[in-house]
Amino acid sequence: MSLEQFTDRNVQQHYFKVDIEEYPQTGWDRFKQVVKRGLNGELFVGLWVVMREMIKFDIHTVQYPKEKLPIGPRYRAVHEMQRLFESGTERCIGCGLCEKICISDCIRMDTRIDENSRKEVTEYTINLGRCIFCGYCAEVCPELAIVHGPRYENTSEQREHFILFEDMLTPIDMAIKGEQKEYPGFGAVTPNEDARVKKTPLAY
Amino acid sequence: MDTAFIIETLVKIVVVLLVFSALAGFGTYFERKVLAFMQRRLGPMHVGPYGLLQIAADGIKLFTKEDIVPSGVVGPIFKIAPVITAATAFMAAAAIPFLPEFTIFGYTVHPIIADVNIGILYILGVMAIGLYGPLLGGMASNNKWSLISAARGAAIFISYEVVTGLALLVPLMIIGSLSLLDFNEYQAANGWMAFAHPMGFISFILFWIAAFAETGRTPFHLVANDHEVIDGFGTEYSGMRWGLFFIGEYANMFFISFVMAIVFLGGFGDGTVMGALGLLLKVAFFFFFFLWTRAAWPDVRPDQLMWLCWKVLMPLAVINVVVTGIVMMF
Repeated sequence: MSLEQFTDRNVQQHYFKVDIEEYPQTGWDRFKQVVKRGLNGELFVGLWVVMREMIKFDIHTVQYPKEKLPIGPRYRAVHEMQRLFESGTERCIGCGLCEKICISDCIRMDTRIDENSRKEVTEYTINLGRCIFCGYCAEVCPELAIVHGPRYENTSEQREHFILFEDMLTPIDMAIKGEQKEYPGFGAVTPNEDARVKKTPLAY
Repeated sequence: MDTAFIIETLVKIVVVLLVFSALAGFGTYFERKVLAFMQRRLGPMHVGPYGLLQIAADGIKLFTKEDIVPSGVVGPIFKIAPVITAATAFMAAAAIPFLPEFTIFGYTVHPIIADVNIGILYILGVMAIGLYGPLLGGMASNNKWSLISAARGAAIFISYEVVTGLALLVPLMIIGSLSLLDFNEYQAANGWMAFAHPMGFISFILFWIAAFAETGRTPFHLVANDHEVIDGFGTEYSGMRWGLFFIGEYANMFFISFVMAIVFLGGFGDGTVMGALGLLLKVAFFFFFFLWTRAAWPDVRPDQLMWLCWKVLMPLAVINVVVTGIVMMF
């Protein structure tokens, strides 16, 4: 489809009339209709169609808890907090951009300046009861620290179970073993980002 | 009446009851599986291997569920209605020869509980009494939808009794007996009723169509108000009372399949093992066809159903009987 077709707002009216026969008026006509419909084998076409599907045995059922459909890489499920690969420290620098951009006001973070004069996140919560999973936080994060994970099964006894920074953070033992997966989804760096990026003209 | 006969009859009654109650359970399993496969689903899969123990789960559920008798119902009638359905279905089985006679440990067994000489008349009569189950259940339920469904079911049932009777007249006239064993013998000698005579074929088709109305299966599934999203006359029933309606319906399907196979398709033929297997295969086909049509065909509107009965099928059946009479006269 070319751009012109998209921008053309004059909707083409490709309506067509369904071919409906005249309704039978007299009893004899109704009788003829019944005989025609009864004897022209449409009933057997129906029987054949379902029998064909049974023989083909092309089952579409996904047995959900055992089998799962793959989700798209850009799927926005419950957030995850990533760690740095080499040191295992938290990627979050406490810039507060996610808190600022969150349109449903569900992110809250507290920071302080620690002994080394570095900003440290003391408290970070996402109220998943309010979160609309728009993905702005992952998109705005400059450090790829907060991302959307693939976990869409949010069953829990209480909704507070998902909201704490520690719960979202990759466990430190997993990070040391290198089991943390770089998230390819929403807000992540695209694979060919180096080729696509343009050098900033410093002459401005 | 000697003791051996009484014991044999009692054993046969118990066997028929047990086998067909179990078959009713398996029937639900097959129905769910066949419907699922035809609709590209898997059906029950979780209880047991391939869902085979689903029957046990359903049975436990039905037996242990609370038996609710709602307020405002007519208690005794409400309670006895499901029993009528199940009991008449099994009573009809008394005159059906399920297998050819066979000898076991030197004792000849006749797999028919009572070889009455009016067998087919008895079967039709008892099946017709089965109408009182849905009718009384719906009327006693203190529920408008149940009442409507019961009335509709009764109207259809009575209408199609006419077609059933007239369709059966043709084989009766040709064979000249009402016993199902005589039907079988005649067909073993002269070929299957449905294919040996053109009138026999027409009455076979008519009886087959009417069998769907008699058992309330899908093209004529009007005893349940599907479009009102409730289960018709069974809405107010729970637990094993509802289960009895269910067993009655499925037992009826099996028994009417037996009747069709014996009256029109030669029964067990000459009585050999192959003949017995043939009878079971024919019954299995008829039962499968009940499920098959449920997957393939939509329900017919009640007025169309009555129209079909009184203006198409009944005149056809009458003409069929008259033509048979003329042919037999000359």
